[in-house]
Amino acid sequence: MQMPEPDAGVLARKARIVGRLRAVLPADAVIDAPEELRVYECDALTAYRCPPLAAVLPRTTEEVSAVLRLCWEEGVPVVPRGSGTSLAGGAMPTADSVILGVARMNRVLAADYDNRFVHVEAGRTNLSVTGAVEAEGFFYAPDPSSQLACAIAGNIAMNSGGAHCLKYGVTTNNLLGVRLVTMDGTVVTLGGPWGEPAGLDLLGVVCGSEGQLGVVTEAWLRILPKPEGARPVLVGFDSNEVAGACVSDIIKAGILPVAIEFMDRPCIRATEAFAKAGYPDCEALLIIEVEGSEAEISEQLARIRQIALAHDPVEFREAEDEDQAKRIWLGRKSAFGAMGQINDYMCLDGTIPVSSLPHVLKRIGELSREFGLDVGNVFHAGDGNMHPLILFNANTPGDLEKCEAFGAEILKLCVEVGGCLTGEHGVGIEKRDLMAVQFSAADMEAQMRVKDVFDPKWLLNPAKVFPLGASAGRRAG
Amino acid sequence: MRPVTEAELAEAVAGASGPLLVRGGGTRTLGHAVGEVLETGGLSGVELYEPGALTLVVRAGTPVAEVEAVLAGERQRLAFEVPDLRGLLGREGVSTIGGVVAANASGPRRVQVGAARDACLGARFVDGAGMVVKNGGRVMKNVTGYDLVKLMAGSRGTLGVLTEVSFKVQAIPEAEATLVIEGLGDAAGLAALRAALGSPFDVSGAARHSGRSLVRVEGMAGSVAYRVTQLRARLGGDVTVAEGAESAALWREVRDVVPMRDKPGEIWRIVTLPTAAAEIVAQLEGEALWDWGGGLIWLVLPHGKGADLAAAVAGRGHATLVKGQGGPVFPPEAPEVAALVAGLKAKFDPRGILNRGMMG
Repeated sequence: MQMPEPDAGVLARKARIVGRLRAVLPADAVIDAPEELRVYECDALTAYRCPPLAAVLPRTTEEVSAVLRLCWEEGVPVVPRGSGTSLAGGAMPTADSVILGVARMNRVLAADYDNRFVHVEAGRTNLSVTGAVEAEGFFYAPDPSSQLACAIAGNIAMNSGGAHCLKYGVTTNNLLGVRLVTMDGTVVTLGGPWGEPAGLDLLGVVCGSEGQLGVVTEAWLRILPKPEGARPVLVGFDSNEVAGACVSDIIKAGILPVAIEFMDRPCIRATEAFAKAGYPDCEALLIIEVEGSEAEISEQLARIRQIALAHDPVEFREAEDEDQAKRIWLGRKSAFGAMGQINDYMCLDGTIPVSSLPHVLKRIGELSREFGLDVGNVFHAGDGNMHPLILFNANTPGDLEKCEAFGAEILKLCVEVGGCLTGEHGVGIEKRDLMAVQFSAADMEAQMRVKDVFDPKWLLNPAKVFPLGASAGRRAG
Repeated sequence: MRPVTEAELAEAVAGASGPLLVRGGGTRTLGHAVGEVLETGGLSGVELYEPGALTLVVRAGTPVAEVEAVLAGERQRLAFEVPDLRGLLGREGVSTIGGVVAANASGPRRVQVGAARDACLGARFVDGAGMVVKNGGRVMKNVTGYDLVKLMAGSRGTLGVLTEVSFKVQAIPEAEATLVIEGLGDAAGLAALRAALGSPFDVSGAARHSGRSLVRVEGMAGSVAYRVTQLRARLGGDVTVAEGAESAALWREVRDVVPMRDKPGEIWRIVTLPTAAAEIVAQLEGEALWDWGGGLIWLVLPHGKGADLAAAVAGRGHATLVKGQGGPVFPPEAPEVAALVAGLKAKFDPRGILNRGMMG
């Protein structure tokens, strides 16, 4: 993975820069010892590593502002970091950059149930937002699978999704406002607890901008009353086509499950061997979850059963109690771990139109044979967000490169059928060089202009999202 | 000018010698922009519709009525409930879908499914220099690159001219019902709306006008009946229940702000915190229609009350003048936000020709 050459001038001024950081932050908030910086050399995309110049852990918006201002003055790139769970390298530093971690900013500032929002500092973890409001019967809807660890700041940067966004949407649909610090230290409030901007929707473009427009220090998030209950069913099919048609028919019938998860045979087998959830050995498996009161759940499941049975499934299993519900989810939730038992894997994140599902799965199977690497497919079928898991051996020379080439072919396929490179993980460095597959030069120019406005010197997370060639003139400027 | 292809439209913008007034049907335009009229109505028609994937791609100049008819053919709809403000604003003409997105015009169901911008999956537009840009796509989860779709939604043609939009659509539920609550004052009637929205019963509308509070639920028949029973038991006042077409008619009235039509005075649209909704109206002594559980207020005020209103909503929302004489229409932005807005406008429309002066 190519990264820009670190700025020699910045490297030479390390002592001065660290000195200035220490002058505006408490002593324990500046890290520059090489052994302590190792923690920050990568995020969850562990294949690529580079220790930063320094890392800072501010506790207040004012401290964030001071850090950004002085880095702006010194011409030092800054890489914002939530919890470092990015699978796309969104928080990977360069040698001349300062990592700005918001993990210490994790307070709940207000929980307002009457107006249905919570106001938090952005370093707070996703699951602990729900934790702060669930006693009152509320929850925060976006639920990325890293939700125990990932921070709201990172969720906003990547516009994170989750398994339940078919019904509740992704981060951008649940974000009401932010406090944002731009690279020159200016503190801006975008949106607010009332949720609709008076003028341009700047919040909408900040969400998903991968930490390139500003550092989010606080957020107002929509909270929802928890449904009375939820129950999954498991449906097995002997063909991907039929499973896809079943998903389409459920959606067309006007039923809106909170989740429709899909697993293919390689994934089912790996999962069974690992977690022993009791899944049928079949070509394709759907887990469909609905919510509501007991009566409402029964009403929806009766309709789903009717639709599914028309497609002649090899199995239709309804959870009759909490334990059976857990077993239905067990395999799906262990899928990544199960694949990881077999070998190293790379997790992709393209989205496709649901109608292209059979074609795409068939083509992935062919590519798997061409590249000689196994792949299992788990994905959010309701919204077409695929997570092909390509197995490879990191210790075999050339295997990682082969895996990346295979992954790139799958992502190109996603774009070709009308989908996109990334549904919820973000571009980061991982998919940066594939952007031209999806976007024209003009499309990227329009996006980069937004960064020109928020960060004219291109110092915030500069080597991400856009191909280095496309952003070169701007980064140099 | 009324181009019929995106390329023609791009050429018209690139070759413009002065300001352009970008217009869909002109049915919800606000502000004081002037210029040569550039209509998008010539860019019309459905590009792609996949009912099984809940996606619709449509050219920006397509009439809203046509979009709704196409969707209704598959028992689907735009979830965010497009308001028809022609009666309120005294406009004629054919609303276009591009105009709806440009205004981020969202109806009562916003409390449940989000605004127009939340239903937009992708867009194509022509910027102020005539450059054609696409952003987003037609799939429901897409974080590839920056989300310019959200930026375009609600930008009222000041950053670019929309040529195509893709939407996430929704199945029309089999049943709907509305609890009509009478006998409560404004404060108690609005508190009932908040209680309904804070319940687990998936309320899809919460409004109040003419002394009545309205709470809507939609879904499968058995589920609607269940939730009506539960809500009735929790909310005070004298409750009657309107079902089916009768319920739908109540919400068309709210959506289109029918009770405020032909009222003398100015009409303001206020976005605020639901808990501030009763007090703001009481303080200004205006006549109000509340939607979104109180988060949206349509308020009739005599001319000259703008400053009082701005003071009343300061720190808890904002107000836009939708019908009235003179004055700034959109509220001023904080200076640091205004600087970003000005920067974006300069980048996307370097000559400042698109709807110049519309949003201040």
